[in-house]
Amino acid sequence: MLKKWSRMSLTLVSLLLAAGLVVGCGNGDNKEQRQQNGSEFSGSIEVNGSTTVTPIAQGWAETFNAENPEVDVVISGTGSGNGIAALINGTTDIAMASREIKDDEKSQIQGEVKEYVVGLDALAVTVHKDNPVQSLSLAQLKDIFTGKITNWKDVGGSDAKILVYTRDSSSGTYEYFKESVLEDEEFAGNARSAASNAAMANSIKGEETAIGYVGLAFVDSSVKALPVSAEGKSPVEPTVENAKSGEYPIVRELNMYTVGEAEGIAKDYLDFGLSTDGQDIVEEVGYIRID
Amino acid sequence: METRLSNYYEKGIKYFFGLIAGTSILLLFLIFSLLFREGLGVFSNVGVTNFILGTRWLPVSETPFFGALPMIIGSIIVTLGAGMLAIPAGISIAVYLAEVAPRSVREVAKAVIELLAGIPSVVYGFLGLTVLAPVIKDLLNLPSALTAFTAALVLAIMSLPTVVSISEDALDAVPREYREASLALGATKWETTVKIVLPSARSGLMAASMLGLGRAIGETMAVLMVAGNAMIIPHFIFDPVRTITASIAAEMGETVQGGLHYQALFGLGVVLFTITFVINLITDLIFTRTSSVKRGTSL
Repeated sequence: MLKKWSRMSLTLVSLLLAAGLVVGCGNGDNKEQRQQNGSEFSGSIEVNGSTTVTPIAQGWAETFNAENPEVDVVISGTGSGNGIAALINGTTDIAMASREIKDDEKSQIQGEVKEYVVGLDALAVTVHKDNPVQSLSLAQLKDIFTGKITNWKDVGGSDAKILVYTRDSSSGTYEYFKESVLEDEEFAGNARSAASNAAMANSIKGEETAIGYVGLAFVDSSVKALPVSAEGKSPVEPTVENAKSGEYPIVRELNMYTVGEAEGIAKDYLDFGLSTDGQDIVEEVGYIRID
Repeated sequence: METRLSNYYEKGIKYFFGLIAGTSILLLFLIFSLLFREGLGVFSNVGVTNFILGTRWLPVSETPFFGALPMIIGSIIVTLGAGMLAIPAGISIAVYLAEVAPRSVREVAKAVIELLAGIPSVVYGFLGLTVLAPVIKDLLNLPSALTAFTAALVLAIMSLPTVVSISEDALDAVPREYREASLALGATKWETTVKIVLPSARSGLMAASMLGLGRAIGETMAVLMVAGNAMIIPHFIFDPVRTITASIAAEMGETVQGGLHYQALFGLGVVLFTITFVINLITDLIFTRTSSVKRGTSL
């Protein structure tokens, strides 16, 4: 539920921010400046979708807004599926998704769907700090999360039952992990689900036998992020460098979608995001730049 | 002239209140019909028995399964657990307040306990997660404290104010003559309380218990935070559980309106509605039965 609250407060904050900017800058503005800015640079766009991508969109909007005070970028972090649903319904200009758009979602949209890769995100597999296990292979991860391996001693740990944590099925992180690590098999029935990255981190910090997964940006020193090995390769630490080089196996693209080529403000916003400045922001909020 | 005016005035007030009462009934009806309109789709698509007795809930899978049994059992276990803790404790507190405590203590304590009901549930959940869960984990040496037991404990604390407040009112409503007659016949204070006061107030005590259970089963936030949320049928009280309310809250954000998953969540709403309806019905039956018995015999 923390997620819901943070979503709501995020929406609120972004609305307040937008309102504040309009009011704050409105005072100093005069007609000349407005005319100079041109019609393209006033108005508002809606950006809706993945909570994973929200920090990026938020960071871009802050700088973009400072440079173009007449523009409102309204951001709602509601989940990848919701963002794409909003794109289908025509209630958002840009959809954020931490996964690829599905074919059946694409078919519901009239017109061509344009994909913008805005950054990369790596998922880290986290365990308790005192867990003696040094690394896991993708195959072992799959067996652990599907419930085939249930004891830590089978993967080189101590004799204790594995507590599997997953995320709610509404999270893009859940779908991506299921797709890439579980190869679309189902999570173990007794897997507990955490409502947010923070709830996941909190559980794993306190429970010696727990295992879970979070975005690389959410890993801190309170938990242990395990190196993961792809088939036939040696274990790779989950770091930004390894994710960027493609050596680390659990990396995903963070996307934004528009119907047709982005136009007007949406285009300027995305252009800014894909520029060096925009990509600096991607790195700042903990993801991996693509330029 | 003046009487005519006041007549209109009277009528105006009458219709005004009638309108307000009518609106609330209309609202209830609209909610009810929305719930069923959106939820019935899943019963026809999946089948009533598959939905209620199915044990696999995989709503976003390629071949989705909608079996709600783990959640139904989860909700019932957590609620019963909360009831087993909150009802005896609540009634004991009410007995103390109504029969033992001096007036000053009683006024203050009741106000404080009722204040507990005003704390937002997310705060209870947060306290449960950060304070209660680590303590339970260490005390009972569990691998994780996010279990049905922790959820029941948090819910028990949350429903305590309801149980205490209504039980105390019920005990207070027992006529003083009953107590005086009992004491005059030589019964002790304890005997009077157990054999005279509690039985006389039993319909009120039942209502308090049922309302406490109703509070527990409808609770969402706190349970979502502390119950562990594993989609399994729990075998014992220290297994993690997923409740109906938690599922609706956690999954509603991602569903496409009108889709099968969306309908399934409304279907869960229908199931929950039915359970609370049955609880309320039982309460009502107890109320009408005992009050008519009372009218027949004791007056």
